[in-house]
Amino acid sequence: MDFINKNLPYLLAGISVGGQYALIAIGYTMVYGILRLINFAHGDIFTVAALVLVYSSTIMPLYLSIPLTLIATVILGLLVERVAYKPLRNAPRMSVMISAIGVSYLLQNLALYITGGLAQTYPSIPFISNSIKIGPATTKMVTVVTPILTIILVFVLMQLINHTKIGMAMRAVANDFETSRLMGIKVDNVISMTFVIGSFLAAVGSLLYFTNYASVVPTSGAMPGLKAFVAAVFGGIGSIPGAVIGAFIIGICENIIKGLGWTTFSDAFTFALLIVVLIVKPTGLFGEKATDKV
Amino acid sequence: MKKLAALAICATMCFASVMSVSAADTVKIGVFEPASGDNGAGGKQETLGIQYANSVAPTVEIDGTEYDVELVVVDNESSAEKAPTAASQLVSSGVSVVLGTYGSGAAIAASDTFGQAGVPAIGVTCTNPQVTEGNTHYFRICFLDPFQGTVLANFAADNFEAKKAYVLTKLGDDYSAGLGFYFSEAFKALGGEVVEDTFPEGNADFTSYITTAVNEGADVIFAPTSTEAAQLIIDTAASQGAEMPLLAGDTWDSNVILSAAKGKDVEIYVTTFYQEGGNQEFDDGIKEWINGDKTNLANNGGNDTIAAVTAMGYDAYFTALEALKNAGSTDPAAVNEALWTTTYTGVTGAIAFDDVNGDALRDTAYVKVANTETGAWDFVAEQGVN
Amino acid sequence: MSKKKNTIISALLLLALLAVIMVLERTLPPTHIALTVLKKGCIYSLVAVSMNLLNGFTGLFSLGQAGFMLIGAYTYAVLTIPVADRASVYQYFHGGVIQFSVPFFVGLLAAGVVSAIFAWLIGLPVLRLKSDYLAIATLGFAEIIRAFFQWDVLGPITNGSNMLRKYPSFTSVSFPFIVCGLCIAVMVLVINSSYGRAFKAIRDDEIAAEAMGINLAKHKQMAFCISSFFAGVGGGLLAMYQSSIQSMTFKSSMTYEILLIVVIGGLGSVTGSCIASFLFIACSEWWLRFLDVETYIGDFKVPFLRAGFRKVVFSVIIMAIVLFARKGIMGDREFSVEGVCRFFKNLGKGKKKKEAKE
Repeated sequence: MDFINKNLPYLLAGISVGGQYALIAIGYTMVYGILRLINFAHGDIFTVAALVLVYSSTIMPLYLSIPLTLIATVILGLLVERVAYKPLRNAPRMSVMISAIGVSYLLQNLALYITGGLAQTYPSIPFISNSIKIGPATTKMVTVVTPILTIILVFVLMQLINHTKIGMAMRAVANDFETSRLMGIKVDNVISMTFVIGSFLAAVGSLLYFTNYASVVPTSGAMPGLKAFVAAVFGGIGSIPGAVIGAFIIGICENIIKGLGWTTFSDAFTFALLIVVLIVKPTGLFGEKATDKV
Repeated sequence: MKKLAALAICATMCFASVMSVSAADTVKIGVFEPASGDNGAGGKQETLGIQYANSVAPTVEIDGTEYDVELVVVDNESSAEKAPTAASQLVSSGVSVVLGTYGSGAAIAASDTFGQAGVPAIGVTCTNPQVTEGNTHYFRICFLDPFQGTVLANFAADNFEAKKAYVLTKLGDDYSAGLGFYFSEAFKALGGEVVEDTFPEGNADFTSYITTAVNEGADVIFAPTSTEAAQLIIDTAASQGAEMPLLAGDTWDSNVILSAAKGKDVEIYVTTFYQEGGNQEFDDGIKEWINGDKTNLANNGGNDTIAAVTAMGYDAYFTALEALKNAGSTDPAAVNEALWTTTYTGVTGAIAFDDVNGDALRDTAYVKVANTETGAWDFVAEQGVN
Repeated sequence: MSKKKNTIISALLLLALLAVIMVLERTLPPTHIALTVLKKGCIYSLVAVSMNLLNGFTGLFSLGQAGFMLIGAYTYAVLTIPVADRASVYQYFHGGVIQFSVPFFVGLLAAGVVSAIFAWLIGLPVLRLKSDYLAIATLGFAEIIRAFFQWDVLGPITNGSNMLRKYPSFTSVSFPFIVCGLCIAVMVLVINSSYGRAFKAIRDDEIAAEAMGINLAKHKQMAFCISSFFAGVGGGLLAMYQSSIQSMTFKSSMTYEILLIVVIGGLGSVTGSCIASFLFIACSEWWLRFLDVETYIGDFKVPFLRAGFRKVVFSVIIMAIVLFARKGIMGDREFSVEGVCRFFKNLGKGKKKKEAKE
């Protein structure tokens, strides 16, 4: 019992942060599945979502600013796709990736300019930022809400992908870009839809993440973004359940490592895991067989 | 045509950058402070103190001539990497003396640039010993980490009868590592036990750290960090229901901490250079000045609580003026020479430099506690080493 | 013009450039920002060319450059700090375990060698991966290296996460110029050798290259090690330039910056990388600084200008280049006297054409 008492907080923190990584990871995995592009700007979209809420909540009540944040993030995601990725559709993959790095650089610098380089305090959202006692551990409500909300959202998303027309189109495009175009699927619309879903989930993730860690700086999204990407690779890139499970595993492992006192390596662990996965099982846990990785 | 336009733009940019105008009887003082990055908030507050001092005393009489004082402000981005470039920018704009910086890392990194150019620098709140050690151009008006760490260790042992301390420092931050080290040494010397832990840059999740502190049965948490991490640490400690007091050094003396702690169930103690109310005239003047300008108010974190670093910035400016007067010239070398014997009594107390490293002779620190109801600092004690 | 003549002219141009730099050094005050830009630009040229060797010439998309620079910088600093100063640098580790120091050129060479050794070890598993997987794996390794060097247990050697300083550094501009020039010259020789042709063959088509009898693993490994060697030397020089280093400096954003330089200069162009580095450094450190200062024209406050605006403008320019001038400044061509002549001729022609149209 004593053992559980002592280690429950690590586990809770891991599950909570894992859920937040999962919401970001879905954006990575879907975009990669369709465009074969590591969307480096995804982590920064996550930061921008947080900043939108910070600034909008100063001029309007939260029940307006939260929907506004979700909408603004989705628009930003679409905009990034249209401006930075669409013109490069036929360019080599490296060019697109460089463009993604450029967008990430731009968003970070824009955030730096707007915030003036100061950390912004995230507004506390009622209910989910309340404290709650789970057994011996005290934590925020968001710790409990995150995994539940994540699972609900993923369930809805799976329904969308498996049982609607647009979902079918997405699967088709992910499977074969050229053929699906020949079949009359409007590929550009499908790609836009992917970015809409990815950005929406990133915005939700940002709401939860920053409620837990209530300080936003321009580079806040970089690390969670990279870790979410690793989660996506770990779970098998292109696979949504894989990304979610990968994210939970990474979140929990990271906190266990911190608990063991290896804090210097908590970030490095994630990358070590990535390299091991890439070398031993490049398709990840649930990935389909792909030939262009190794 | 496009290419021609590009060439033309390049040419104009070169031209524009080469032009620089300087008036005859102006003396330039460099303000070498972070305005962004980890220490951005603190750096801005320190700059405010300097700017306020400049508005109080915009001129100085040097060798019978009245000089206008011009502040040259650069942003060192709180980073040891950007600091040398920012420093060389100051040097090339022809400053006579430099004030700054908040955060020891950037000060250490820029020290050589100032040294090579022969420009003296007055450290305002960089407390790491390495800043002034072994050079003759870097001075400082604040106390040092070995002193501050010992004060805090004594305070922890005396007031909380602490036997075990959890020391949390940031990887790669000289200020944090240094202060943590000296606290640990002093605390161990008092017979206490220390659990050390570090967090990497960009870390936002402090849950595990607080949990470890609780599991280890620590009596106090000592976290000498930047204000950015501090916000998160306070928030996590409160939501985890950690009951032990949080101790920190001078960086935490900021209204960022007060607003993070307000309404939460946490105990926060800091050591610092100045307690609001120490000098009523200064307090009133600067409050009026801060409230009179929207930008200043925003830079001070949205309210008019006076941080100790602001008071220190104010004193540093006047110390620099005093040195300029003593030197009787705006030549950096002369100012450097004059600084060794410069003394000044400011709002934070008497300032004089020792003749080994140019460190301030200070033997007291103020201990304050954050009042989580009113969101203000309450005075606890004036503490020395003995 | 014959090839020989071309080489001579290029060499003369380089010498002239060196002369100009020496004159600048004599005439400008030693702290002038132009000199800072030149120093940093040199170092970045070296690193950018080393990255170009990998990304532009061999087609290996690696994002590990900052990690190798870190290794180089640390090797240099750890080996060259004078014994007398070790106690004060390694103040938390009782003076450290290394109680000797080597001259700076040995240090620089060691910087290259050590990072090449690390590259070889990392290359063994990683180089089997392709395109973006290689990119993300090397990026991951760079982060692991950074964490490793911050590790407390290695403190007696690396000083933990604390700063290393007091090692020999340089103040002149011609020193980094000559060192970087030599290193770049060596890389140009490699690129023009049969190995270089093999690298390009791998870039253009791996399968065809393999069919032509090129040992893929060996050549990739070789390109990776050479690139890392020079990145390590560049890291050593950067350490000298900064006069103090910390592993925190070598973040992935540093790699991104270098990658952007390479792209702006043109993937597969050595001179492009050099020109782009100087432009990049000059813009970010010097020419665009005026955007950060609040400016008044009379009573009119120029909008937007305040701290940080420079970086926004800068990143917009970079995005524009990435999107609209995808080939960068030089494409995959090299700078040559002929090229310049042609450029101006075309410029003249273009004008005439336009006039004729009107």
